[in-house]
Amino acid sequence: MQLSSDDIRRIARLARIAIDEQETVAMQQQLNGIFGVIEQLQSVNTDGVEPMSHAQDVALRLREDKVTESNQREALQAVAPAVEAGLYLVPKVIE
Amino acid sequence: MQWEVVIGLEIHTQLSTQTKIFSGASTAFGAEPNTQACAVDIALPGVLPVMNKAAVEKAIRFGLAIGAKVNRKSVFARKNYFYPDLPKGYQISQFELPVVEGGEITIRVGDENKVVRLTRAHLEEDAGKSLHEDFHGMSGIDLNRAGTPLLEIVSEPDMRSAAEAVAYAKALHSLVTWIGICDGNMQEGSFRVDANVSVRPKGQAEFGTRREIKNLNSFKFLEQAIKYEANWQVEQLEDGKKIVQATVLFDPETGQTRVMRTKEDAHDYRYFPDPDLPPLVIDEAQIEQIRGELPELPAAMQARFQSVFGLPAYDAQTLTSSKALANYFEETVAAGADSKLASNWIMGEVAATLNREEKEITQSPVSSERLASLIKRIMDGTIHNKAAKDVFKVLWESDKSVDQLIDELGVRPVDSSVVEGLVDQVLAANAAMVAEFKSGKEKAFNALVGQCMKAAKGKADPAVINDLLKRKLTE
Amino acid sequence: MPSQFVALQHRCAYLQAFPVAFRPTPFCCRSSLNNELHGTLPTLRPASPFEQAMTTYTLKQAADLLASGKTSAVELASDYLARIESLNPVLNTFITVDREKTLEMAKQADARRAQGQAGVLTGVPVAHKDIFCAEGWRTTCGSKILDNFVSPYDAGVISRCKDAGLVTLGRTNMDEFAMGSSNENSAYGVVKNPWDQTAVPGGSSGGSAAVVAARLAPAATATDTGGSIRQPAAFCGVTGLKPTYGIVSRYGMVAYASSLDQGGPIAQTAEDCALMLNVMAGHDPRDSTSLERAGEDYTGALAQSLKGLRIGMPKEYFGEGLSADVQAAIEAALAEYRKLGAEIVEISLPRTQLAIPAYYVIAPAEASSNLSRFDGVRYGHRAADYQKHINEKTSALEALYEQSRAEGFGTEVKRRILTGAYVLSHGYYDAYYLKAQKVRRLLSEDFQSGFSQCDVIAAPAAPTVAWNLGEKGDDPVAMYLADIYTLGVNLAGLPGIAHPVGFGAQGRPVGLQLIGNYFSESRLLNAAHQFQQVTDWHTRQPGL
Repeated sequence: MQLSSDDIRRIARLARIAIDEQETVAMQQQLNGIFGVIEQLQSVNTDGVEPMSHAQDVALRLREDKVTESNQREALQAVAPAVEAGLYLVPKVIE
Repeated sequence: MQWEVVIGLEIHTQLSTQTKIFSGASTAFGAEPNTQACAVDIALPGVLPVMNKAAVEKAIRFGLAIGAKVNRKSVFARKNYFYPDLPKGYQISQFELPVVEGGEITIRVGDENKVVRLTRAHLEEDAGKSLHEDFHGMSGIDLNRAGTPLLEIVSEPDMRSAAEAVAYAKALHSLVTWIGICDGNMQEGSFRVDANVSVRPKGQAEFGTRREIKNLNSFKFLEQAIKYEANWQVEQLEDGKKIVQATVLFDPETGQTRVMRTKEDAHDYRYFPDPDLPPLVIDEAQIEQIRGELPELPAAMQARFQSVFGLPAYDAQTLTSSKALANYFEETVAAGADSKLASNWIMGEVAATLNREEKEITQSPVSSERLASLIKRIMDGTIHNKAAKDVFKVLWESDKSVDQLIDELGVRPVDSSVVEGLVDQVLAANAAMVAEFKSGKEKAFNALVGQCMKAAKGKADPAVINDLLKRKLTE
Repeated sequence: MPSQFVALQHRCAYLQAFPVAFRPTPFCCRSSLNNELHGTLPTLRPASPFEQAMTTYTLKQAADLLASGKTSAVELASDYLARIESLNPVLNTFITVDREKTLEMAKQADARRAQGQAGVLTGVPVAHKDIFCAEGWRTTCGSKILDNFVSPYDAGVISRCKDAGLVTLGRTNMDEFAMGSSNENSAYGVVKNPWDQTAVPGGSSGGSAAVVAARLAPAATATDTGGSIRQPAAFCGVTGLKPTYGIVSRYGMVAYASSLDQGGPIAQTAEDCALMLNVMAGHDPRDSTSLERAGEDYTGALAQSLKGLRIGMPKEYFGEGLSADVQAAIEAALAEYRKLGAEIVEISLPRTQLAIPAYYVIAPAEASSNLSRFDGVRYGHRAADYQKHINEKTSALEALYEQSRAEGFGTEVKRRILTGAYVLSHGYYDAYYLKAQKVRRLLSEDFQSGFSQCDVIAAPAAPTVAWNLGEKGDDPVAMYLADIYTLGVNLAGLPGIAHPVGFGAQGRPVGLQLIGNYFSESRLLNAAHQFQQVTDWHTRQPGL
């Protein structure tokens, strides 16, 4: 299968990465190269095979419901690009 | 054409845990912005989620309460989208394999019972909050709520009116608070409803195209929004237009819904199993332990109130609308009150006074024990029902005992021999009225009763006076 | 075969002729070889003889010296810092060095020792891959998007290192977000291979492997998602261990592909790797994939004999695609293993080729999601002029996201994010992601049937020796194909060790990879250690 330049623009938007025309062309060519390799998967018979999403077959460990975190706002916001009154600032979001 | 509205609800219930679903930060409401958003909640590079045991237990509890299947293995998935209140750029939720599947709830609309089926209930994390006050044209993001555990409860499209939807939402609200998994506080967002609404010509088998109304945080808005939306859809269809699948918001100010996004710009969420979280495995022993800890559920209690206390279905249902109310009733009866009298009093005077004062049953100044004392005084004939209501009014404001108030208010009924004397006096003094009655004017009888009550200064039992008068007038 | 390579093989054979104790010193040997092969070495300010002496220690030797009181943590750290200052400008192995912080840690370690509270490694200096969050240290993960990120917390691995009293020498260079096999994807410039500065050091832990090879640190932490410990260790002629998935905490390790990422050590020797693993491994309740296992002393089995060890040679690994020089060095090493009592058995891993497509679906898919948090809102790079990009299709918020991420991420990272977003997107999930997960299961079953016939599996760490800087520049596919021998181990979650076994074309090091079954780290370390008792490839160091 071949990705079109529209596919590239669509997934770049989905991934929130700005991409110009020149990058789109390069990306399209490279991703098609990569998908050329990925296509090999289609030749494998995987009927009845259970998908493997974890490297270890273990059950989820559960944590006791006890507060262990204290207010770290100052330290955590020291690395923030824009804060005011303890809030992270972003361009206005309207719904 | 006759139209039928079809409604399914998705309800986000905030699980009442101490800490977030995947971090040890507090979930207490109302803290200063971002003071309860720890490294995990704000998604610093490298941080990882660790599941809260209490959230799992509460989900199991819910599954058992609605007779659902509690999946022995369920999977957390990532729902990917960008939004400033979603720090990781994905929400951890459950997609293909939720913790709870199926189950049902019986609702009562008018005099009818109706069963609403549930599709599933799954665990997920809440997002933060965007504050739109003006920060130099910017929005402020508070992540205190980010990571709060939610159980999203999805119903089948089984409801056919706004009233049914409200009844279902109320029944669910009652249940989740009943079993102690959610505080039910709708103002604080602990119970938020999304309604999927579609309409179709009555008799048609296929569903119409639905629109989803997001984030309704009161039963009143739920009802208004569904009514508006259903009417709007019918109007569109009658005008020959088509319904476009969309997500809409309800504006309480205008009472209307407006489009937030259509299917075309719907997100491509790219769900996949979260590699940071192995599957949630629930074993039989854990389920049995939680089953053992479950309180008697509303439906079972309702049946018991009918069979053991002989209450009518209506009473039993009303009294089991909340666990606190049911407890109050049971305590009143346990303290010696007759069950039907207790039911009448609780649904009558007690409920009315609470409503007037906007109080919860747990805040009632008249304890179940004091109410029982009052009812017992009716039962043993110390006072009459009418007098009891006067005592109740004062009881509400004071901490004196029932007996003390009966004495102070002087509401004990006048002795029957005295009553008879009074009746004789009234008959003697009102010969004209007696003549009128005897000539067939029924109205005169009521006037005579009034005169007797007046003579007794209200302390006589109207029923006794009635009997006496009837006997004497027909002698 | 190039004539240089023939010359080198002769030279190696010549060296092998000497008993270990009487061989010419590796340093001299390498210098002359380099001169022979490349003419003159690039000019470097030579380290003072003292510095050089101090910094050639293994981790074990450094620990012993500290324990004997012959040196102090401050002295040791100062020597290494001096060497780093002299060589880092050339090799570019460190992204961040903070002399004051390092010396402060060294002082504390000395104080701890003075109080009689020193552990085995207290005061030993090590380098950390810039992927482990460390409180107060800039943690860039090789990316511009985290250029200004000073971590407010410690990763699990960092806490354990601190508890052990290890001193941080600095933060090693790496491919951006650990995506790469050559270290050319770092936003902080390429790392040069200490053996040949025209060669790549491998990746993504190129900085960690290079600091150990260049003796800028006795050991370094690293991570391995598809070979990122084993391949650079091989390219730089050092020893690196990728543990079983779940042994080392991932908490605070910036995630690339969560179901594959695993931290581990790079050092000169297997023994040093064992010592480091003793510090790094252990259950961490903050990582839901961290396994709850009883503590293990990974040095405990080092001395065991290899008699009867069955080493499997997958026929698929030693055929087409493997360069002759690498094959020769590996076969020589296996002959050495045979001498140690091991038995070589041929096995088959029939679906080996599929590791590449499976990995390049699964890893990018996880990465595309893991890297969504870098959005310019709570930390990291925020585009200064995003507002210029607002238009009818792009809101201010979208412009902020899209510009910050476009500016902050490098090309390879973008490629993988887009690949990952695509394979997860509506309509493609089953064909790509789900299919890859099923193939992943088949691949790990292949390993299990392999282990029914052998105890460990021998493999090259890479099909060739380190390639030239810039050689695979804009050809991601060529780069991906070179990961063929390492990816399967991560997909299955198995442990693997790479250790030096000689030199190949242009005098560049060759590494042998031993793959073990789950939790067989001790066995792998034992095998490599025994090999290192009778060979000296691990003692060779580049002439710098």
